[in-house]
Amino acid sequence: MNEPTSTIDVTAPPLASVRPRSTTVVAGMSDRAIAWLFITPTIALLLAINIFPLVWTIRMSFTNFKANLGWMAYKSVGIANYVDILTDSDIWIAMQTTARFVFWSILFEVLLGFGLALLLNRRFRGHSFWTTVILLPMMLSPAVVGNFWTFLFQPQIGLFNYVVSFFSGVDPASFSMIGDVNLAPWTIVLVDTWMWTPYVMLICLAGLRSIPDYIYEAAEVDRASAWRRFWSITFPMVSPFLMLAVLFRAIENFKMFDLVNLLTNGGPGSLTETVSITLKRAAFEKWQTGWSSALAIILFLAVFAAANIYVKVLNKVKQR
Amino acid sequence: MRRLLTFATALTLAIFATTTLADQAGAQSKELTLCWAAWDPANALVELSKDFTAKTGTKMKFEFVPWTSYADRFLNELNSKSKLCDLIIGDSQWIGGAAENGHYIKLNEFFDKNGIKMTDFVEATVTGYSEWPKQTPNYWALPAMGDAVGWTYRKDWFAKPQLQKEFKDKYGRELAPPKSWDEFLQIAKFFQGRQIDGKKVYGAYIFTERGSEGITMGVTNVLYPFGFEYDNPKKAYQMDGFVNSPDAVKGLELYKELYKCCTAPGMTNAYMQEGLDAFKSGQVAMQMNWFAFFPGLYKEMGPERIGFFVNPSAKKRAVQLGGQGISVVSYSEHRDDALQYLKWFAQPEVQKKWWSLGGYSCLKAVVNDPGFKKSAPFAADFLDSMNMVKDFWAEPIYATLLLDMQKRIHDYVVADKGTAKQALDSLVKDWTKDFREAGKKL
Repeated sequence: MNEPTSTIDVTAPPLASVRPRSTTVVAGMSDRAIAWLFITPTIALLLAINIFPLVWTIRMSFTNFKANLGWMAYKSVGIANYVDILTDSDIWIAMQTTARFVFWSILFEVLLGFGLALLLNRRFRGHSFWTTVILLPMMLSPAVVGNFWTFLFQPQIGLFNYVVSFFSGVDPASFSMIGDVNLAPWTIVLVDTWMWTPYVMLICLAGLRSIPDYIYEAAEVDRASAWRRFWSITFPMVSPFLMLAVLFRAIENFKMFDLVNLLTNGGPGSLTETVSITLKRAAFEKWQTGWSSALAIILFLAVFAAANIYVKVLNKVKQR
Repeated sequence: MRRLLTFATALTLAIFATTTLADQAGAQSKELTLCWAAWDPANALVELSKDFTAKTGTKMKFEFVPWTSYADRFLNELNSKSKLCDLIIGDSQWIGGAAENGHYIKLNEFFDKNGIKMTDFVEATVTGYSEWPKQTPNYWALPAMGDAVGWTYRKDWFAKPQLQKEFKDKYGRELAPPKSWDEFLQIAKFFQGRQIDGKKVYGAYIFTERGSEGITMGVTNVLYPFGFEYDNPKKAYQMDGFVNSPDAVKGLELYKELYKCCTAPGMTNAYMQEGLDAFKSGQVAMQMNWFAFFPGLYKEMGPERIGFFVNPSAKKRAVQLGGQGISVVSYSEHRDDALQYLKWFAQPEVQKKWWSLGGYSCLKAVVNDPGFKKSAPFAADFLDSMNMVKDFWAEPIYATLLLDMQKRIHDYVVADKGTAKQALDSLVKDWTKDFREAGKKL
C-alpha cells in the first residue's frame, strides 16, 4: 500500500488572501451589500413602527389635532400644549402619584426580592420547586393579574377581605380595598409587588451566583462574621445587579398602565391616577391628540433623562 | 393528468357559479343594521322589528354593545365614517356632534314628506333627542326611547308595621316614598345598617361610576332640584355663578352626605347593573336607576316587593334626562330603507306596541292615552318625570365636558378631595377652557 504523499505548491497565493468563491460569485454582491440586504428590513421596520411614530408624535404635539375628527383641519399652536401641561396642577398631582407608586413598589420589591434571593441562594430540599412557585406571578399576564386581584378585593365575596377578616375580626364587607381613599393606592403597590418581586429576585439571584466562592472562603479564613461577609462581600457585589433591577422596574412602573387601569382605573376620584392613565384619558377619551402627544413627549424625555443619569451612577458603582 | 385537469376546471367553475349566485341572492334580500346598547329595551326592539321585516321584507340585523363601551364604540364608528350602522339609537348628548360633523342625516324634509310631526311627540324628548341646535326646528333623530332617572323602593320593607311605627315615632310622619331630598335622607338614614329578614341592609343606592357618565348622571338629580344651571339662561356659556352657585354647592354636599351615610360599602364605582344587583339581592331600601330597567325589574320582583317614585324635589322639581332618538347614519348604503324603518316606527300602532313590549314611547298619542298611567305601576311616574327632565350639555364637545365633571364630582364625593365649592369652581374652569378650545367666545 502506498503512503499518501503531499506536495506544496509554492506558487499558490497565501490562504488568507483567497476570498471564498461563494461570496463573490454566487450572489454577485459585496459583503457590505449583503450586510445591508439583511439589515434593511429591520431598519425599515424600525423606521415604520418606532421612528416615524415618534417624529409624527413630536409634530402633533405642536398642534391642536384631534384623532377622532381626523378629517378636520388642525392648526399649529406652537408650544401652547407644553406650557399648558407644565402649568397644569392636575398633571403635577398625577406625577406625584406616579412617583409615590414607583418609590413604594420598588422599595418593597427590592427588599423582598433580595431577601428571597438570599434564601434561594442556599441549597435546600425543594429548592427548584419553590423557585418555580415564586416565579409564577411574573409569568402571568398583567390583564389576568388585574382581573383576579379585583375579584379577590371584592368586599362581599373577595378572598382577600375574608382573610383579613379571619385574622382581624373586621367585617369583610366593611372595607373596600380598591374603593377606599386610604387603601386604594396601597392596593396597586401590593399587587405590583406581588407580581414583580420575583423579577427582582431573579436578577439578585444571578448576582449572588456570580460571586466567586473563594472570596467567601477567604473571609471565613479571616474569621469574618456572617454580618460582615454580607456587608463587605455580598451586598457590594450584588448592588450593580440590584441597581439594574431598580432601573428596569422604575422605567416599567413609571409607565404603568395595565394594572392601575384594571384595578382602580385611577380612582377613587383621581387618587390613583398615574400619568399614563391621564395620558390615556386625554388621548382616547377626550381625544386631545395634540395635547396628549405633548404629554407623551414630556414623559419620554423625563424617563430618558432619569435613566441616563441613573446609568451613569450605575457605571460608577461598577467601577468601584 | 388530463382527467385531473378536467376535474379541477369543473370544480373551479362550480365554486364560481355558487358564489356568484349567492352574491346575487344576497343583493336581492335587503338588510338593515341597527346599532344600540345591549339592555332590556333592545330585546324589546328586536321583537318589535319582526313586524317591520314581515311588512317590508327587509331583514333586521342588530349590533348591541354593553353600556360601558357603547359611547366609545359607536362614536368611533361614526367618526371613522363606518358603514356598519344604517340606523343608530344614539345617546341624547351625541346630537350636537353628530349633527355638526355630518354623521346623521337631517330629517326635516323626510318628516315633512311623510307627515311625521314633531308636535306629536313629547316636547322634552324632541328637544333632548332630536334638535340641534337646541330650541330650533332642525331635526336629526326621531324620539325613540324616552327615559329619565327614577327610583325604586322596597315596598315590603316600607310596609312592615314595626318599621312604620318606629319611623313615625322618630320623624312624626308616615314611612312612605320621599317627596323631597330632606325626606329622602331621613329614610335612607333610617334603613342604613338595619337588620331586615336577618340581613344587614343599607339606605340607598346611588350612581358613583367614574369611567363613563355614572356619577354625573347621578349627582345631577340632586343638583337640578337644588338650582344648578349649566349656564346663565340669559347669556349662553356664562357658567360662573350658575354651575357653582350656593344652591348647587348645597346639592353637591347633599349627594356626598348621602354617599357617606347611606350607601353600601364598596359602592365607589357603581352604575346601572350594580344598582339592579343591589336592589334585587335585598341590599338596599331605595335604588336610583333609569326607568328603562323598571319593566324587567318589576317582572322579576313582583308587585309586593317593588314600588316606584319620582326624583325627590328641593327648590324645584327636576330630573336627569336619559333616553335616545333613532337616526339614519349618513354613511349608510341603505339610507332609503333606513328612512322607511323610521316611517314605520313613528306610526301610533307601532309605538303602542313598543310600549307594551317594554320600550318607552315618546309619542303623545301613547303617553297621553287615558289608560297609559295605569298600564304599568311606573307609567305615571315616568310621565311625571318626563315633564321635568333636564339634560347634560349636548355640545359636540360633550364627551370632554362629561369627563371633566366625572373627575371633579368623583374627586369630591368619593375621594374626599376638597370642598363642594372647590369642586364646582374647578368644573367652571375646566368647562371654560374646553369651550374656549372649541372656539366659543366667552
